[in-house]
Amino acid sequence: MEVIDLAWWKLGLAALLILALAATGYFARLGMTRSLLIAALRTVIQLALIGLVLEALFASAAFYWVALMALAMLLVAGREVVARQSRRLRGWWAFSIGTGAMFVSSFTVTILALTVVIGPDPWYSPQYAIPLLGMMLGNTMTGVGLALDRLNESIWRQRAVIENRLMLGQTWQQALQDIRMDAMRSGMMPSINAMAAAGIVSLPGMMTGQILAGSPPAVAVKYQILVMLVITAGTGFGSVMAVKWGGRRLFDDRERLRLDRLVKS
Amino acid sequence: MWLVVVPALCNGITLITFASPGDTILTDLLLENLSVGTLSHVSLAVSGGQVFCLSGPSGCGKSRLLRAVADLEPHGGRVSLSGTDQQNVPAHQWRRRVVMVPADSQWWFDEVGGHFPADTGARLPSALGFSADVMGWPVSRLSSGERQRLALWRALALQPEALLLDEPTANLDTTTTEIIESWLLEEIRRRQIAVLWVAHDSGQIHRVANAHYRVHGTELEVIHGSD
Repeated sequence: MEVIDLAWWKLGLAALLILALAATGYFARLGMTRSLLIAALRTVIQLALIGLVLEALFASAAFYWVALMALAMLLVAGREVVARQSRRLRGWWAFSIGTGAMFVSSFTVTILALTVVIGPDPWYSPQYAIPLLGMMLGNTMTGVGLALDRLNESIWRQRAVIENRLMLGQTWQQALQDIRMDAMRSGMMPSINAMAAAGIVSLPGMMTGQILAGSPPAVAVKYQILVMLVITAGTGFGSVMAVKWGGRRLFDDRERLRLDRLVKS
Repeated sequence: MWLVVVPALCNGITLITFASPGDTILTDLLLENLSVGTLSHVSLAVSGGQVFCLSGPSGCGKSRLLRAVADLEPHGGRVSLSGTDQQNVPAHQWRRRVVMVPADSQWWFDEVGGHFPADTGARLPSALGFSADVMGWPVSRLSSGERQRLALWRALALQPEALLLDEPTANLDTTTTEIIESWLLEEIRRRQIAVLWVAHDSGQIHRVANAHYRVHGTELEVIHGSD
């Protein structure tokens, strides 16, 4: 099956819809015109640039270029995780814990999926590695960001409860138990909901894209199942690590609650 | 080990004279040169069964002093219990032996019973004025005074060797206050618990204290030593 390429001027037609929406918002004083236009512009520029980068990357396919790309993606995701926390750890801790958790979980799961499940040759072949890692990081970022945000916010709000539990001789893990469960639930909920609704309420974007690009639906479905499973695993392990490390950092070696290590961003 | 520890303890105590000379195993809460917040060089020795009251204007650091003894706040100086240094045991084990009851107790489960060990409901002391089914009550049903009384029982149920009470009767009426005071004193004497008790009411201090200290600037000032 031949893929129908899109001419740039046809994308312009889609852009007209956004302009129409922006005009409606402007005249009806709905106050979202500016952010809508900026976001639409960003999406065009960012995707066009990444298209160029991917073209170059696919052409060279050298390991160090793939690795460099992966590193850049990780650092941007790490920054985004920090930005999503309304209260975060002071200094480099917020960035290090978020990025570390994403690195360990996303990279491990992606490499495992590439080498064992998909098996392209070479295993880091950018056509498979970059999109897979991108989806992993995107979802892990959401999970880790939500989990850490909920963790820090709950600890801040429930400091009196935590300290009272410490006063009764509980360990810091026991004193944090409910809050950790809560933070894990926040981090995992998007992935669990996505898996529950997949195929019935929503057709996942990757599968839709693959079918549009000419893959037989049976192949697209298998890839989609693989991606959803590894994404959930990656998000889950990432959240577990982030919650564990983040919680630990808010207590010192005498198991005292140290809210002075949190700042409001 | 005992040969070394016991004479050292007895020496420490004879200087401050709260223990009878015949006692061998003593619960002593020792504060040496403790400094936290604006307070500095606080030294106290409370033996088992004794109540030391602390008073002073609000914000003067009484609660922070209790928190430092419970090791909930970074502090200078040394604290020890029966010869065990605070810093030599894991913090949660220390807090199981030296239990603090804060001025506003916290409840995190839906039901009262979830906060207590399983058999505690049956052993609920009558002085607290609850029926045995209180363990099945939702926490939201408790008044602040009821929470305060249950928090005291929750702390005592841990069999602590020292208690740090931050205004334990602040939300109680006069009659209940006196009932709770005498129940607490009886438990303290019977179990030989060393107690630091933050209080405002001079009548209460007179009734419960073996010694009374007031926070004066950066130090503790003795109002009366022993009786």
